[in-house]
Amino acid sequence: MDFNPNSSFLYLVAVAVILFILAQSVFFLIRAYRRGKEIGMDVKKLRKTITSSAIFTVAPAVSILLGVLTLSKFLGLPLPWIRLSVIGAITYELPAATSTASALGIPISETITDPTVYSAITWVMTLGILPSTILVPILLKRIQGGLISIKNKDSKWGELLISAMFMGMISAFMGMVFANIRNGLPGWIPIFVMFFSAALMAVCGLLIKVLKVKWLQDYALPICMLGAMAFAVIITPVIS
Amino acid sequence: MDSRIYEEKTHHYGKIWTWTAVLVFVLVPVSVCIFYNAWPPFMSVFKGLLGVAPIFWTVGFIEVITFTPMLGTGSSYLAFVTGNLTNLKVPCAINAMEINDVKSGTEEGEIVSTIAVATSSIVTTLIITAGTLLLGTLTPFLNSPVLKPAFDNILPALFGALGVVYISKNLKLAVTPMLFMIILFVSVPSLAGSVGILVPVGAVISILMARLLYKKNMI
Repeated sequence: MDFNPNSSFLYLVAVAVILFILAQSVFFLIRAYRRGKEIGMDVKKLRKTITSSAIFTVAPAVSILLGVLTLSKFLGLPLPWIRLSVIGAITYELPAATSTASALGIPISETITDPTVYSAITWVMTLGILPSTILVPILLKRIQGGLISIKNKDSKWGELLISAMFMGMISAFMGMVFANIRNGLPGWIPIFVMFFSAALMAVCGLLIKVLKVKWLQDYALPICMLGAMAFAVIITPVIS
Repeated sequence: MDSRIYEEKTHHYGKIWTWTAVLVFVLVPVSVCIFYNAWPPFMSVFKGLLGVAPIFWTVGFIEVITFTPMLGTGSSYLAFVTGNLTNLKVPCAINAMEINDVKSGTEEGEIVSTIAVATSSIVTTLIITAGTLLLGTLTPFLNSPVLKPAFDNILPALFGALGVVYISKNLKLAVTPMLFMIILFVSVPSLAGSVGILVPVGAVISILMARLLYKKNMI
Protein backbone atom coordinates (compact mmCIF):
# COMPACT_ATOMS: atom_id res chain seq x y z
CA MET A 1 0.00 0.00 0.00
CA ASP A 2 1.22 3.52 -0.85
CA PHE A 3 2.22 5.37 2.25
CA ASN A 4 1.44 9.02 2.92
CA PRO A 5 2.25 10.42 6.40
CA ASN A 6 -0.61 12.89 5.88
CA SER A 7 -3.23 10.26 4.99
CA SER A 8 -6.89 10.49 6.04
CA PHE A 9 -6.43 7.35 8.14
CA LEU A 10 -3.67 8.97 10.20
CA TYR A 11 -5.76 12.12 10.62
CA LEU A 12 -8.62 9.93 11.91
CA VAL A 13 -6.28 8.31 14.45
CA ALA A 14 -5.11 11.79 15.51
CA VAL A 15 -8.68 13.06 15.92
CA ALA A 16 -9.54 10.03 18.10
CA VAL A 17 -6.55 10.70 20.40
CA ILE A 18 -7.30 14.43 20.60
CA LEU A 19 -10.95 13.75 21.50
CA PHE A 20 -9.79 11.41 24.27
CA ILE A 21 -7.44 14.06 25.68
CA LEU A 22 -10.17 16.70 25.57
CA ALA A 23 -12.66 14.34 27.24
CA GLN A 24 -10.26 13.60 30.09
CA SER A 25 -9.47 17.30 30.59
CA VAL A 26 -13.14 18.31 30.56
CA PHE A 27 -13.97 15.50 33.01
CA PHE A 28 -11.37 16.68 35.55
CA LEU A 29 -12.27 20.35 35.01
CA ILE A 30 -15.98 19.84 35.68
CA ARG A 31 -15.33 17.53 38.62
CA ALA A 32 -12.93 19.97 40.34
CA TYR A 33 -15.20 22.96 39.62
CA ARG A 34 -18.22 21.17 41.14
CA ARG A 35 -16.22 20.11 44.15
CA GLY A 36 -15.00 23.70 44.64
CA LYS A 37 -18.61 24.92 44.69
CA GLU A 38 -19.59 22.09 47.02
CA ILE A 39 -17.01 23.02 49.66
CA GLY A 40 -17.95 26.69 49.44
CA MET A 41 -15.11 28.14 47.36
CA ASP A 42 -15.86 31.47 45.66
CA VAL A 43 -17.29 30.72 42.19
CA LYS A 44 -15.84 33.97 40.84
CA LYS A 45 -12.37 32.80 41.89
CA LEU A 46 -12.87 29.42 40.26
CA ARG A 47 -13.91 31.12 37.01
CA LYS A 48 -10.98 33.52 37.19
CA THR A 49 -8.66 30.52 37.61
CA ILE A 50 -10.03 29.15 34.33
CA THR A 51 -9.59 32.49 32.52
CA SER A 52 -6.11 33.25 33.85
CA SER A 53 -4.87 29.67 33.19
CA ALA A 54 -6.25 29.86 29.63
CA ILE A 55 -4.52 33.18 28.93
CA PHE A 56 -1.27 31.99 30.52
CA THR A 57 -1.32 28.90 28.26
CA VAL A 58 -1.50 30.75 24.93
CA ALA A 59 2.18 31.68 24.46
CA PRO A 60 3.65 28.29 25.54
CA ALA A 61 1.02 26.50 23.40
CA VAL A 62 2.05 28.48 20.31
CA SER A 63 5.64 27.50 21.06
CA ILE A 64 4.52 23.82 21.22
CA LEU A 65 2.84 24.37 17.83
CA LEU A 66 6.25 25.36 16.48
CA GLY A 67 7.38 21.87 17.50
CA VAL A 68 4.58 20.34 15.41
CA LEU A 69 5.79 22.44 12.50
CA THR A 70 9.40 21.29 12.96
CA LEU A 71 8.49 17.60 13.08
CA SER A 72 5.88 17.80 10.29
CA LYS A 73 8.55 18.27 7.61
CA PHE A 74 9.79 14.75 8.36
CA LEU A 75 6.76 12.95 9.84
CA GLY A 76 3.77 14.66 8.22
CA LEU A 77 1.21 16.45 10.39
CA PRO A 78 -0.94 13.81 12.17
CA LEU A 79 1.83 12.12 14.19
CA PRO A 80 3.42 15.35 15.59
CA TRP A 81 -0.13 16.59 16.26
CA ILE A 82 -0.80 13.46 18.35
CA ARG A 83 2.58 13.37 20.06
CA LEU A 84 2.67 17.01 21.12
CA SER A 85 -0.92 16.90 22.36
CA VAL A 86 -0.10 14.03 24.73
CA ILE A 87 2.80 13.45 27.12
CA GLY A 88 5.45 14.13 24.45
CA ALA A 89 7.39 17.36 24.08
CA ILE A 90 9.59 18.53 21.22
CA THR A 91 12.68 18.00 23.40
CA TYR A 92 11.81 14.30 23.47
CA GLU A 93 10.06 13.66 20.14
CA LEU A 94 12.85 15.06 17.96
CA PRO A 95 15.61 12.92 19.57
CA ALA A 96 13.26 9.88 19.44
CA ALA A 97 12.62 10.35 15.71
CA THR A 98 16.29 11.12 15.01
CA SER A 99 17.50 8.11 17.01
CA THR A 100 15.19 5.68 15.18
CA ALA A 101 15.91 7.24 11.78
CA SER A 102 19.66 6.93 12.33
CA ALA A 103 19.24 3.30 13.52
CA LEU A 104 17.50 2.64 10.18
CA GLY A 105 19.93 4.78 8.18
CA ILE A 106 17.21 7.23 7.06
CA PRO A 107 17.85 11.00 6.71
CA ILE A 108 15.45 13.20 8.68
CA SER A 109 15.59 15.95 6.11
CA GLU A 110 12.98 14.31 3.83
CA THR A 111 9.38 13.26 4.41
CA ILE A 112 9.04 9.56 5.27
CA THR A 113 7.73 7.36 2.48
CA ASP A 114 8.30 3.94 4.05
CA PRO A 115 5.49 2.78 6.39
CA THR A 116 7.86 0.45 8.29
CA VAL A 117 10.16 3.35 9.17
CA TYR A 118 7.11 5.38 10.18
CA SER A 119 5.74 2.62 12.42
CA ALA A 120 9.19 2.08 14.00
CA ILE A 121 9.39 5.80 14.87
CA THR A 122 5.83 5.73 16.22
CA TRP A 123 6.73 2.80 18.49
CA VAL A 124 9.89 4.47 19.79
CA MET A 125 8.07 7.76 20.45
CA THR A 126 5.35 5.88 22.33
CA LEU A 127 7.45 3.45 24.37
CA GLY A 128 10.18 5.95 25.21
CA ILE A 129 7.84 8.30 27.05
CA LEU A 130 5.30 5.85 28.49
CA PRO A 131 6.93 5.18 31.91
CA SER A 132 6.18 8.66 33.28
CA THR A 133 2.48 8.13 32.52
CA ILE A 134 2.46 4.58 33.91
CA LEU A 135 4.34 5.52 37.09
CA VAL A 136 1.71 8.03 38.27
CA PRO A 137 -1.03 5.49 39.09
CA ILE A 138 1.61 3.19 40.59
CA LEU A 139 3.53 5.72 42.72
CA LEU A 140 1.24 8.68 43.41
CA LYS A 141 -0.48 7.30 46.52
CA ARG A 142 2.84 6.21 48.03
CA ILE A 143 4.45 9.60 47.39
CA GLN A 144 1.45 11.37 48.92
CA GLY A 145 1.48 8.97 51.88
CA GLY A 146 5.12 9.87 52.53
CA LEU A 147 4.35 13.59 52.32
CA ILE A 148 1.35 13.29 54.64
CA SER A 149 3.40 11.49 57.26
CA ILE A 150 6.08 14.25 57.02
CA LYS A 151 3.37 16.92 57.36
CA ASN A 152 1.75 15.12 60.29
CA LYS A 153 5.07 15.04 62.11
CA ASP A 154 5.95 18.66 61.33
CA SER A 155 3.56 20.72 59.21
CA LYS A 156 5.93 23.68 58.74
CA TRP A 157 8.68 21.42 57.44
CA GLY A 158 6.15 19.70 55.14
CA GLU A 159 5.33 23.05 53.52
CA LEU A 160 9.00 24.04 53.32
CA LEU A 161 9.76 20.75 51.58
CA ILE A 162 7.32 21.51 48.74
CA SER A 163 8.66 25.08 48.42
CA ALA A 164 12.22 23.70 48.32
CA MET A 165 11.29 21.24 45.54
CA PHE A 166 9.76 24.02 43.50
CA MET A 167 12.83 26.18 44.11
CA GLY A 168 14.90 23.28 42.72
CA MET A 169 12.95 23.43 39.47
CA ILE A 170 13.15 27.22 39.23
CA SER A 171 16.89 27.26 39.96
CA ALA A 172 17.59 24.64 37.26
CA PHE A 173 15.69 26.59 34.59
CA MET A 174 17.04 29.98 35.67
CA GLY A 175 20.57 28.56 35.79
CA MET A 176 20.11 27.18 32.26
CA VAL A 177 19.50 30.72 31.01
CA PHE A 178 23.18 31.45 31.83
CA ALA A 179 24.47 28.55 29.68
CA ASN A 180 25.56 30.68 26.70
CA ILE A 181 27.15 33.68 28.38
CA ARG A 182 30.59 32.62 27.21
CA ASN A 183 29.41 33.19 23.60
CA GLY A 184 29.67 36.96 23.99
CA LEU A 185 26.88 39.52 24.09
CA PRO A 186 24.28 37.46 22.09
CA GLY A 187 24.62 34.77 24.78
CA TRP A 188 23.38 37.31 27.30
CA ILE A 189 20.05 37.89 25.47
CA PRO A 190 18.15 35.19 27.46
CA ILE A 191 19.46 36.75 30.70
CA PHE A 192 18.32 40.24 29.67
CA VAL A 193 14.92 38.75 28.77
CA MET A 194 14.71 36.95 32.11
CA PHE A 195 15.57 40.11 34.07
CA PHE A 196 13.14 42.17 31.99
CA SER A 197 10.39 39.63 32.77
CA ALA A 198 11.34 39.73 36.47
CA ALA A 199 11.30 43.56 36.45
CA LEU A 200 7.86 43.57 34.80
CA MET A 201 6.63 41.21 37.51
CA ALA A 202 8.05 43.52 40.19
CA VAL A 203 6.15 46.44 38.62
CA CYS A 204 2.97 44.30 38.53
CA GLY A 205 3.54 43.43 42.20
CA LEU A 206 3.77 47.12 43.08
CA LEU A 207 0.64 47.93 41.08
CA ILE A 208 -1.26 45.10 42.82
CA LYS A 209 -0.06 45.76 46.37
CA VAL A 210 0.40 49.54 46.46
CA LEU A 211 -2.12 50.80 43.91
CA LYS A 212 -4.56 47.92 44.55
CA VAL A 213 -4.97 47.03 40.85
CA LYS A 214 -6.60 43.73 41.81
CA TRP A 215 -7.52 42.47 38.31
CA LEU A 216 -3.83 42.44 37.39
CA GLN A 217 -3.14 39.65 39.88
CA ASP A 218 -4.80 37.05 37.63
CA TYR A 219 -3.02 38.15 34.47
CA ALA A 220 0.41 39.30 35.72
CA LEU A 221 2.28 36.15 34.61
CA PRO A 222 1.04 36.06 30.98
CA ILE A 223 1.51 39.85 30.69
CA CYS A 224 5.13 39.58 31.92
CA MET A 225 5.83 36.63 29.63
CA LEU A 226 4.46 38.32 26.52
CA GLY A 227 6.17 41.60 27.46
CA ALA A 228 9.51 39.83 27.84
CA MET A 229 9.02 37.94 24.55
CA ALA A 230 8.34 41.28 22.81
CA PHE A 231 11.48 42.65 24.49
CA ALA A 232 13.44 39.69 22.99
CA VAL A 233 12.14 40.63 19.51
CA ILE A 234 13.38 44.20 20.01
CA ILE A 235 16.81 43.56 21.54
CA THR A 236 17.91 40.52 19.49
CA PRO A 237 18.52 42.40 16.18
CA VAL A 238 20.26 45.20 18.10
CA ILE A 239 22.62 42.88 20.01
CA SER A 240 23.27 40.10 17.45
CA MET B 1 -18.96 14.36 50.38
CA ASP B 2 -16.10 13.92 52.85
CA SER B 3 -12.78 15.20 51.50
CA ARG B 4 -11.15 11.79 52.02
CA ILE B 5 -13.83 10.13 49.90
CA TYR B 6 -13.41 12.82 47.20
CA GLU B 7 -9.65 12.19 47.22
CA GLU B 8 -10.13 8.41 46.97
CA LYS B 9 -12.54 8.86 44.05
CA THR B 10 -10.03 11.16 42.32
CA HIS B 11 -7.46 8.35 42.54
CA HIS B 12 -10.04 5.87 41.25
CA TYR B 13 -11.02 8.01 38.22
CA GLY B 14 -7.42 9.08 37.69
CA LYS B 15 -6.29 5.47 37.43
CA ILE B 16 -9.08 4.57 34.99
CA TRP B 17 -8.27 7.57 32.76
CA THR B 18 -4.52 6.98 32.91
CA TRP B 19 -4.65 3.27 32.06
CA THR B 20 -7.11 4.03 29.25
CA ALA B 21 -4.71 6.74 28.03
CA VAL B 22 -1.85 4.20 28.03
CA LEU B 23 -4.02 1.89 25.91
CA VAL B 24 -4.92 4.75 23.53
CA PHE B 25 -1.23 5.74 23.19
CA VAL B 26 -0.19 2.15 22.39
CA LEU B 27 -3.07 1.73 19.94
CA VAL B 28 -1.57 4.50 17.77
CA PRO B 29 1.49 2.49 16.61
CA VAL B 30 -0.57 -0.75 16.62
CA SER B 31 -3.17 0.77 14.27
CA VAL B 32 -0.42 2.12 11.97
CA CYS B 33 1.18 -1.35 11.83
CA ILE B 34 -2.12 -3.11 11.13
CA PHE B 35 -3.50 -0.60 8.61
CA TYR B 36 -0.29 -0.40 6.55
CA ASN B 37 0.74 -3.98 7.32
CA ALA B 38 4.10 -2.53 8.36
CA TRP B 39 5.40 -4.15 11.53
CA PRO B 40 8.91 -2.82 12.11
CA PRO B 41 11.82 -5.20 12.84
CA PHE B 42 12.28 -5.56 16.61
CA MET B 43 15.93 -4.49 16.37
CA SER B 44 15.15 -1.16 14.70
CA VAL B 45 12.71 -0.23 17.48
CA PHE B 46 15.17 -1.49 20.10
CA LYS B 47 18.06 0.52 18.62
CA GLY B 48 15.87 3.62 18.38
CA LEU B 49 14.78 3.17 21.99
CA LEU B 50 18.36 2.66 23.10
CA GLY B 51 19.10 6.21 21.98
CA VAL B 52 16.37 7.83 24.06
CA ALA B 53 14.90 5.44 26.65
CA PRO B 54 17.72 5.41 29.25
CA ILE B 55 17.57 9.17 29.61
CA PHE B 56 13.83 9.72 29.18
CA TRP B 57 12.77 6.84 31.43
CA THR B 58 15.04 8.30 34.12
CA VAL B 59 13.66 11.80 33.55
CA GLY B 60 10.11 10.39 33.62
CA PHE B 61 10.71 8.73 37.00
CA ILE B 62 12.31 11.91 38.38
CA GLU B 63 9.45 14.07 37.11
CA VAL B 64 6.87 11.88 38.83
CA ILE B 65 8.73 12.10 42.15
CA THR B 66 9.35 15.86 41.84
CA PHE B 67 6.13 17.22 40.35
CA THR B 68 3.32 15.13 41.85
CA PRO B 69 3.72 16.67 45.35
CA MET B 70 3.47 20.16 43.80
CA LEU B 71 0.54 19.35 41.54
CA GLY B 72 -1.78 17.29 43.73
CA THR B 73 -3.89 14.26 42.79
CA GLY B 74 -6.26 15.19 39.93
CA SER B 75 -3.79 17.42 38.13
CA SER B 76 -1.01 14.80 38.39
CA TYR B 77 -3.14 12.18 36.66
CA LEU B 78 -4.04 14.72 33.97
CA ALA B 79 -0.68 16.44 33.53
CA PHE B 80 1.22 13.15 33.09
CA VAL B 81 -1.12 12.27 30.21
CA THR B 82 -1.23 15.68 28.52
CA GLY B 83 2.48 16.46 29.02
CA ASN B 84 4.56 19.65 28.72
CA LEU B 85 5.02 19.74 32.48
CA THR B 86 7.96 22.04 33.13
CA ASN B 87 7.23 24.61 30.44
CA LEU B 88 3.49 24.79 31.02
CA LYS B 89 1.47 22.64 33.43
CA VAL B 90 3.53 22.96 36.62
CA PRO B 91 4.05 26.77 36.34
CA CYS B 92 0.36 27.15 35.44
CA ALA B 93 -0.79 25.18 38.50
CA ILE B 94 1.66 26.91 40.87
CA ASN B 95 0.68 30.35 39.55
CA ALA B 96 -3.03 29.58 39.97
CA MET B 97 -2.49 28.42 43.56
CA GLU B 98 -0.43 31.55 44.25
CA ILE B 99 -3.13 33.88 42.83
CA ASN B 100 -5.83 32.13 44.88
CA ASP B 101 -3.65 32.05 47.99
CA VAL B 102 -4.09 28.30 48.47
CA LYS B 103 -1.41 25.71 49.19
CA SER B 104 -0.70 22.41 47.47
CA GLY B 105 -1.66 19.50 49.70
CA THR B 106 -4.90 21.20 50.81
CA GLU B 107 -8.28 20.45 49.22
CA GLU B 108 -8.58 24.03 47.90
CA GLY B 109 -5.09 23.70 46.39
CA GLU B 110 -6.09 20.40 44.82
CA ILE B 111 -9.16 21.98 43.20
CA VAL B 112 -7.38 25.11 41.93
CA SER B 113 -4.44 23.08 40.59
CA THR B 114 -6.77 20.61 38.79
CA ILE B 115 -8.81 23.44 37.24
CA ALA B 116 -5.60 25.16 36.08
CA VAL B 117 -4.06 22.02 34.54
CA ALA B 118 -7.35 20.93 32.93
CA THR B 119 -7.93 24.39 31.41
CA SER B 120 -4.34 24.56 30.24
CA SER B 121 -4.64 21.09 28.63
CA ILE B 122 -7.86 22.04 26.83
CA VAL B 123 -6.45 25.36 25.56
CA THR B 124 -3.17 23.74 24.45
CA THR B 125 -5.04 20.97 22.60
CA LEU B 126 -7.33 23.48 20.88
CA ILE B 127 -4.44 25.78 19.88
CA ILE B 128 -2.40 22.86 18.49
CA THR B 129 -5.49 21.57 16.67
CA ALA B 130 -6.35 24.98 15.21
CA GLY B 131 -2.69 25.53 14.33
CA THR B 132 -2.41 22.13 12.66
CA LEU B 133 -5.53 22.72 10.57
CA LEU B 134 -4.45 26.25 9.63
CA LEU B 135 -0.79 25.45 9.25
CA GLY B 136 -0.67 26.64 5.64
CA THR B 137 -1.83 30.08 6.73
CA LEU B 138 0.16 30.17 9.96
CA THR B 139 3.50 28.83 8.73
CA PRO B 140 4.84 32.18 7.39
CA PHE B 141 3.85 33.83 10.69
CA LEU B 142 5.30 31.08 12.91
CA ASN B 143 8.49 30.85 10.85
CA SER B 144 8.94 34.60 10.65
CA PRO B 145 12.54 35.54 11.54
CA VAL B 146 11.19 38.64 13.35
CA LEU B 147 9.26 36.46 15.82
CA LYS B 148 11.95 33.78 16.22
CA PRO B 149 13.66 35.51 19.21
CA ALA B 150 10.30 35.62 21.03
CA PHE B 151 9.85 31.84 20.87
CA ASP B 152 13.56 31.19 21.46
CA ASN B 153 13.24 33.06 24.76
CA ILE B 154 9.97 31.66 26.08
CA LEU B 155 11.61 29.87 29.03
CA PRO B 156 13.59 32.92 30.28
CA ALA B 157 10.39 34.98 29.87
CA LEU B 158 8.43 32.46 31.95
CA PHE B 159 10.96 31.71 34.66
CA GLY B 160 12.01 35.37 35.09
CA ALA B 161 8.51 36.38 36.16
CA LEU B 162 7.80 33.19 38.09
CA GLY B 163 11.26 33.15 39.68
CA VAL B 164 11.15 36.70 41.06
CA VAL B 165 7.93 35.91 42.95
CA TYR B 166 9.31 32.78 44.60
CA ILE B 167 12.85 33.98 45.13
CA SER B 168 11.64 37.16 46.84
CA LYS B 169 9.48 35.03 49.15
CA ASN B 170 12.15 32.41 49.86
CA LEU B 171 15.39 34.34 49.44
CA LYS B 172 17.41 32.31 51.94
CA LEU B 173 16.18 29.08 50.37
CA ALA B 174 16.93 30.26 46.82
CA VAL B 175 20.54 31.48 47.10
CA THR B 176 22.40 28.13 47.22
CA PRO B 177 20.57 26.19 44.45
CA MET B 178 20.55 29.30 42.21
CA LEU B 179 24.29 29.88 42.62
CA PHE B 180 25.02 26.17 42.12
CA MET B 181 22.99 26.03 38.90
CA ILE B 182 24.43 29.25 37.46
CA ILE B 183 28.02 28.07 38.11
CA LEU B 184 27.19 24.60 36.71
CA PHE B 185 25.62 25.87 33.48
CA VAL B 186 28.33 28.51 32.90
CA SER B 187 31.01 25.82 33.42
CA VAL B 188 29.28 23.13 31.33
CA PRO B 189 26.94 24.86 28.81
CA SER B 190 26.11 21.56 27.07
CA LEU B 191 24.06 20.58 30.15
CA ALA B 192 21.33 22.92 28.90
CA GLY B 193 20.04 19.96 26.86
CA SER B 194 19.64 17.85 30.03
CA VAL B 195 17.93 20.38 32.26
CA GLY B 196 15.24 17.81 33.13
CA ILE B 197 17.80 15.71 34.97
CA LEU B 198 19.12 18.75 36.85
CA VAL B 199 15.70 19.66 38.29
CA PRO B 200 15.94 16.99 41.03
CA VAL B 201 19.59 17.92 41.63
CA GLY B 202 18.41 21.47 42.30
CA ALA B 203 15.58 20.09 44.44
CA VAL B 204 17.95 17.97 46.58
CA ILE B 205 20.31 20.93 47.14
CA SER B 206 17.37 23.15 47.94
CA ILE B 207 15.85 20.58 50.38
CA LEU B 208 19.20 20.08 52.15
CA MET B 209 19.63 23.86 52.52
CA ALA B 210 16.03 24.20 53.72
CA ARG B 211 16.60 21.49 56.34
CA LEU B 212 19.81 23.14 57.54
CA LEU B 213 18.21 26.61 57.81
CA TYR B 214 15.10 25.14 59.43
CA LYS B 215 17.13 23.28 62.04
CA LYS B 216 19.00 26.49 62.85
CA ASN B 217 15.68 28.40 63.07
CA MET B 218 16.77 30.68 60.24
CA ILE B 219 13.57 30.20 58.18
